[in-house]
Amino acid sequence: MEIYDIVVIGGGPAGMAAAVAARQMGIEKILLIERDRELGGILQQCIHNGFGLHNFKEDLTGPEFSERYIQRIEELDIPCKLDTMGLSITKNREVVFVNSREGLKTVKARAIVLAMGCRERARGAVNIPGSRPAGVFTAGTAQRLINIEGYMVGKKIMMLGTGDIGLIMARRLTLEGSNVIAVLARKPYPGGLMRNVVQCLYDYDIPLMLQHTIVEILGKDRVRGVLVARTDENSLPIPGTEELYECDTLILSVGLIPENELSLSAGIELDRRTGGPIVNESRETRVPGIFACGNVVHVHDLVDFVVEESEMAGKGAARFVQRSVECADASIALLPGRGLKYVVPQRVTAANVEDGLDLFLRVNRVYGPSYIEVKDGRESIKKVKRPHMSPGEMERVRINRRNIEKMKGSDLIVEAVGVEG
Amino acid sequence: MNEIQREIICIVCPTGCRINVSGDDPQALSITGSECKRGKEYALKEITDPRRTLITTVQLNHGRLRRLPVRTNVEIPKRSIFPCMEVVNRTEVEAPVEVGQVIISDILGTGADIVATRSMTRV
Repeated sequence: MEIYDIVVIGGGPAGMAAAVAARQMGIEKILLIERDRELGGILQQCIHNGFGLHNFKEDLTGPEFSERYIQRIEELDIPCKLDTMGLSITKNREVVFVNSREGLKTVKARAIVLAMGCRERARGAVNIPGSRPAGVFTAGTAQRLINIEGYMVGKKIMMLGTGDIGLIMARRLTLEGSNVIAVLARKPYPGGLMRNVVQCLYDYDIPLMLQHTIVEILGKDRVRGVLVARTDENSLPIPGTEELYECDTLILSVGLIPENELSLSAGIELDRRTGGPIVNESRETRVPGIFACGNVVHVHDLVDFVVEESEMAGKGAARFVQRSVECADASIALLPGRGLKYVVPQRVTAANVEDGLDLFLRVNRVYGPSYIEVKDGRESIKKVKRPHMSPGEMERVRINRRNIEKMKGSDLIVEAVGVEG
Repeated sequence: MNEIQREIICIVCPTGCRINVSGDDPQALSITGSECKRGKEYALKEITDPRRTLITTVQLNHGRLRRLPVRTNVEIPKRSIFPCMEVVNRTEVEAPVEVGQVIISDILGTGADIVATRSMTRV
């Protein structure tokens, strides 16, 4: 069986950044596996700008950002298998994949980096009743059809959900001549970044209907309309408020799910809050030698942070292969306390924290002036103010190494607290 | 002279301040509601000269894919977006293409070039 130092699964920004970081640490034998016909992942269809502001200090489009990483992969001569699907991995780090050139193949890896990204929630995940006509797309599918394959999806469009891809597609469809009737949000606030609400909806006078949802899809062969109802404080439809909107297409932008079938095949423990593997400071999962990074760990808003996290995973995998760190038990747990949806990493080994530890977290509702607090038992070890927080924008907090070394308990609790007035 | 009275949601940072811009004289507008200097600058720019980057695709012939993603290399006036789309929609490009290659120069006299945002080989 062929043996590699590191096998990276997924050739999007996470996988490419991890592979580059590992090669820069001196790792020789790396293999990158990608199921699409080219590297770049979802960035290739995200033709809009707003990428790389942190990383390259430039406002790049998705394809531009991705081409820069593809160039690095080529310069560093990292072998890639395209059109290749990872089928399963094992705890002792065997990777099974398939493609039409080699058939089914198993290779052995000294370390694995999981970078499979996430996929969209579709109609079935949000249980919309009605018939099953053509013309119901997820935002990402519509994006790929329009931006890469060159097909329009419809003329008169209703959109459910306010994820960033949805907002961006509302603008894209309008530019291409479609009429986007409205964008519906079940909640009282939009799910995506504010800059996307302003630049994609307000710029093009696309109505944003907060606290509305779809209760039925109508049409036999093709969508002919949707029934829209208002939602109550629990985001449930209010009976009697239904209204018919005629349209030929429904686009869904109702959330993303980390794609972890491979992680589960190796028995990797997932965090039910993020939907991704439980990881430590170097993004090692609970199975030694298997690392994970990017949207497979938790869904990010910015590719710059995906890259940053993936460099941690690439370096972590490299150190594991070089055995330059003892595989210490990640003994400290980081727990999301009140006000938080999740915090990543979930476990920390104090000895492996270099200068500081960056926590990535999401709050569970919109906050005005507020603060994020990290507590060791009852003792506060870090408190940072925020003028505004929302579930749609990932927050990050850095805790110093000495704070971790001084820890008394074995758990760190992270909380978000609103300031009254 | 027309009196200006508009509310703008600032997108400079995630706070999303609602900024009120009002006044008669475009040279001396009153800007309230912003917490910072960057917000005031953004609001003023939005009132006096709103600009955006136009991003779309053009038809690609003999390329590995059928569409080529493109952008304006600098921001164009917001009102030029749809007129520029009409020009882009009439354009066809022949592969191969290099990232950054100019596809349409100085589109509609805006001073902006439409450039390719990815390389594409010929098949």
